[in-house]
Amino acid sequence: MEALLEQYPYYLSTVLLAIGLWGMFAKRNLMKKLIGMTIFQVAIILLFISTSAKAGGTFPALISHDITDPTLYVNPLPHVLMLTAIVVMVATSGVALAILLLIYRRYHTLDETELLERMRE
Amino acid sequence: MKWLGIILIALFAAFLFYAEADMPAYGDPGAPGSVHVTPEYIERTYEDTHTPNIVTSVLADYRGYDTLGETTVIFTAGLICYLLLGGWKRNDS
Amino acid sequence: MIARHNSLIVNIACRVIVPFIFLYALCVIMFGHYSPGGGFQGGTILAAGVILMRLCLGKEASYKKFPPRLGLILGGIGILIYSGTGLAALLAGGNYLDYAALPVQGMDIPDRRYYGILFVELGVALGVFGVLTSIFDSLTKEK
Repeated sequence: MEALLEQYPYYLSTVLLAIGLWGMFAKRNLMKKLIGMTIFQVAIILLFISTSAKAGGTFPALISHDITDPTLYVNPLPHVLMLTAIVVMVATSGVALAILLLIYRRYHTLDETELLERMRE
Repeated sequence: MKWLGIILIALFAAFLFYAEADMPAYGDPGAPGSVHVTPEYIERTYEDTHTPNIVTSVLADYRGYDTLGETTVIFTAGLICYLLLGGWKRNDS
Repeated sequence: MIARHNSLIVNIACRVIVPFIFLYALCVIMFGHYSPGGGFQGGTILAAGVILMRLCLGKEASYKKFPPRLGLILGGIGILIYSGTGLAALLAGGNYLDYAALPVQGMDIPDRRYYGILFVELGVALGVFGVLTSIFDSLTKEK
């Protein structure tokens, strides 16, 4: 039970992860799958950043030039890696939207089963 | 069919819950992720680069090669969207 | 596809707000050494300013102010600035992207790394701004 109180951000991020994953393969509309993928990526970013917290720490920018005690600042390395992850999220969303636009112009539907039928003809 | 999906997702989430019980406590200053290479970055960032912001100095100086790869990723995504959807004519819109 | 908005209030408010958005984006890029910010954040705010202009003023007016073919060109220039800095460090004798070996006189090594980081963040901001504007223009282009 104390595991629940000590590590509650990880459990909440895992719940978001499960919601995003369910949206990706249980919905039939392609746009809803894309939204599920975005929720999944945001949950991963949240999980990673919540491992960098420190009790009593502040934002990792030096308060003054000579206060360099590592226990006063939050761990900066996951913040750096997640900036890259956010830009990758934007890039995949942009390319996925372009592909969805082309599919709609060609087949006039975004539903998965109707799309498979129209592709077979 | 939908119940199969919900059961699989619940199994996946339960497996992750079981694995996360071993992670360090939230807000622990002695977690293994915070004692390996980060104290060296925090202590040496001002005398190496005169930059108070540790996130910027790690992103652009200590790990600058990763940032170069990542701007290549975003530029490739823009190029893909241009090639898929067509360009613009010279005279108007 | 994007028509000019019907209301006059939206049009005038957009013309007043957009220069301040660009100024704030420049402030976020330049203050990246001292407070949260930097290249990626500033580039995204610049792209948000141009997208607001496209949505409120319509296609004909805003294509004259910022033509759509300029987006990818700016993105490429941003990446060239970044790898050009690394190449200059390589040609001057150090490792690739080693800002301490840049051929600038009159500065000691921590100051060279400071200005190297600033230059590189400008390149990243320009690149992100160009690419995000280009993606928006490609998605809203007519057949």
